[in-house]
Amino acid sequence: MRPKRRRLVFVVAGMALLGAAAALVLYAMNDSLVFFYSPTDLATKQIPAGRMLRVGGLVEVGSVVHDGDGATVHFRVTDMKTAVPVVYKGILPDLFREGQGVVAQGTLGADKTFVAAEVLAKHDEKYMPKEVVDALKKSGRWQEGTTQ
Amino acid sequence: MIAELGHFALVLALALALAQAVLPLAGAARDNQAWMAVAAPASQGQLLFIAIAFFALMQAYVSSDFSVAVVADNSNSAMPLIYKAAATWGNHEGSLLLWVLILAVFGAAVGTFGNNLPPKLKARVLAVQGLIAVGFLAFMLLTSNPFARLDPPPADGADLNPLLQDPGLAFHPPMLYFGYVGFSMAFSFAVAALIEGRVDAAWARWVRPWTLAAWIALTAGIAGGSWWSYYELGWGGWWAWDPVENASFMPWLLGTALLHSAIVVEKRDALKSWTMLLAILTFAMSLVGTFLVRSGVLTSVHAFASDPRRGVFILFLLVIAVGGSLTLFAIRAPSLRDGGLFQPISREGSLILNNLLLAVGGVIVFLGTFMPLFADVLHAGAISVGAPYYFLIFNPFAALLIVVMAVGPLLPWKRADLAGALQRLTAASAATVVAAGLVWWLKTGGPLFGVLGVALGVWLLMGTLVEYGERIGILRAPGDAWRRARQLPRAAYGMTLAHAGLAVAILGMTGSAAWKQEQVLMMRPGDTVSLAGYDYRFDGVADVAGPNYTATRGTFTVTKDGTPVTILHPEKRKYPVQGVPTTEAAIHTNGLADLYAVIDSPDDAGAVSVHLYHQPLVPWIWAGAVLMALGGLVSLSDRRLRVGAPSRRTAVAMARA
Repeated sequence: MRPKRRRLVFVVAGMALLGAAAALVLYAMNDSLVFFYSPTDLATKQIPAGRMLRVGGLVEVGSVVHDGDGATVHFRVTDMKTAVPVVYKGILPDLFREGQGVVAQGTLGADKTFVAAEVLAKHDEKYMPKEVVDALKKSGRWQEGTTQ
Repeated sequence: MIAELGHFALVLALALALAQAVLPLAGAARDNQAWMAVAAPASQGQLLFIAIAFFALMQAYVSSDFSVAVVADNSNSAMPLIYKAAATWGNHEGSLLLWVLILAVFGAAVGTFGNNLPPKLKARVLAVQGLIAVGFLAFMLLTSNPFARLDPPPADGADLNPLLQDPGLAFHPPMLYFGYVGFSMAFSFAVAALIEGRVDAAWARWVRPWTLAAWIALTAGIAGGSWWSYYELGWGGWWAWDPVENASFMPWLLGTALLHSAIVVEKRDALKSWTMLLAILTFAMSLVGTFLVRSGVLTSVHAFASDPRRGVFILFLLVIAVGGSLTLFAIRAPSLRDGGLFQPISREGSLILNNLLLAVGGVIVFLGTFMPLFADVLHAGAISVGAPYYFLIFNPFAALLIVVMAVGPLLPWKRADLAGALQRLTAASAATVVAAGLVWWLKTGGPLFGVLGVALGVWLLMGTLVEYGERIGILRAPGDAWRRARQLPRAAYGMTLAHAGLAVAILGMTGSAAWKQEQVLMMRPGDTVSLAGYDYRFDGVADVAGPNYTATRGTFTVTKDGTPVTILHPEKRKYPVQGVPTTEAAIHTNGLADLYAVIDSPDDAGAVSVHLYHQPLVPWIWAGAVLMALGGLVSLSDRRLRVGAPSRRTAVAMARA
């Protein structure tokens, strides 16, 4: 086979693979992307139940309640304007505490309670997740330098 | 005083790097021997000064000199000595210093041991290394001086992030950096060859050991990082597709492709321009990784505190390095002529397919990592891309790659008989079908990908063993097999070990992803719970004191059908200086599965929240990674690479023979 023809074969193969990857990305995009909402967004926007999403803000002070079984935790995530109730079964991350930034991933239940499958608190307590900062900025409660 | 000395040494290193970048390049262009000869001593001097700076900083940490700002921010007098030393690279400034130190080690290694390189190639390679060093030393001195002083100094330091006070974290970053920075050698060799306009078998033979060394370190570093996240973060997982994990995975994917395509250049004098491109892109991905970790553009668990000014500087370096080298590539690549001809179905063809699949995998990870950034810029909303994306999109290509991996080594160069190769894999196919059927039967109702994953792992493992068995003729002439096995080049053993290692790792990943069992509950002393056939009795908690922390240590007695198995001691530690708790998972492994326990702080009645995991096959992930790195080391020790390519002419002649 001549080099030109051979190169053509491989270019076509490469294109086919990239095309397949692109098709998969487009196909899977809707199911595998997780959108981020602020607590205010959750309360005001229409969100289909059962869709995986993230909510972020501050853990409302005084809102953390442990259930009798010890494994289920209830708390509220707030952007200082709206607070959404969250329920989570599992051990909270080490840096989870009241008044600190948190991101929860899960689904919105029918009663507008957020059922978290995962709770992420950042490993560095000086560090606020960017999404939380944006959510607080949006609700007008972010003060540069002081909240952090 | 010592800190100032370190700072001064860095400035001197920058001056030397400038000389190393400019003079040899000009000398090679103008045939000036004296200017070219500057390169090697400059690279050695640069190593000396950067090492002085590095040890000056380490000395500041070890002696707890809190008048140095980074020490005050990241260390504490109560820390054990080993973490004081390791804290040197546990922050942005110090890790950057480690980065340039490793860069200088590689540069000086070429300068010292590269005597068999043609003088012009050597001068140009070292000049490109010098250019990279100039960029990073300037970055460090202008934006992140590790030797900045505090006045007045604080009485004690703010402590190292307790999560980093762990042997796993002390040693995996240097491995990772060794890998990242090691790919700069492939980059420098590629740029030098493009300037020279000549790429041949000898060139590939010089580049391969450096790339291989970097690949080994990166493999070990990624595995070490994943192991650390598994036992230290207490979340029961070992890979989260976090941007920083991806930052190390992208250069690994491209570096793996580069290793394989360099073989084709070496043995068959083909695929030259593609190999050049891969060498450039692999290092570009290392730089992208550096950018991701330090700029704070993406939310990540490991990101160093963000500073946009630093991000802009690294982005600037990235644009110059990648833009410049790709421009050079565009000008010079068309003039590179491939020698060896081959059919699409051949060893070359299978290696190209390997390269295409690895490159597409790299693109998928890149897209997934940067999608949140693109979406943010395009105002498409804040999104995150997690495991489901990679599961759906990355895994099919990885699976295809594994399928090809078992076949490729059986194909001869130039042209091959695919049907014949598949026929030789009959035994492997049978084993695969049996294994898949067994899993299907044993784990009825389990996820389908569990069956597929085991099938792929067994297929690759058997395919690799078949290839090795055929090489030593274990069936053809068993009496002669031992002699043949001893005569086989180490590079062949390297491949067998590395491919088998990947197979083992795949089995481990599949087992833990498909059949992990877990339980979260509140336990009081005396309570018993059973998980996956094991009974866990909670015996209560006790307070223990560490060197610079206090811990609540739980005790679980684990039994299986009444026979004692082990006693687990998970801990919740509190580091008073930063007031931060950390989780220490207790792990018992029997080689086939891990028993994994995590506890939360107890409430007033002495009850604790407990999270138990049963993780089948998980230790195989790291066993596989160790095999892969070992394979790399064995291959690196091959005589042909060590003394290889004494001169261009013989190497070319050998490749033609």
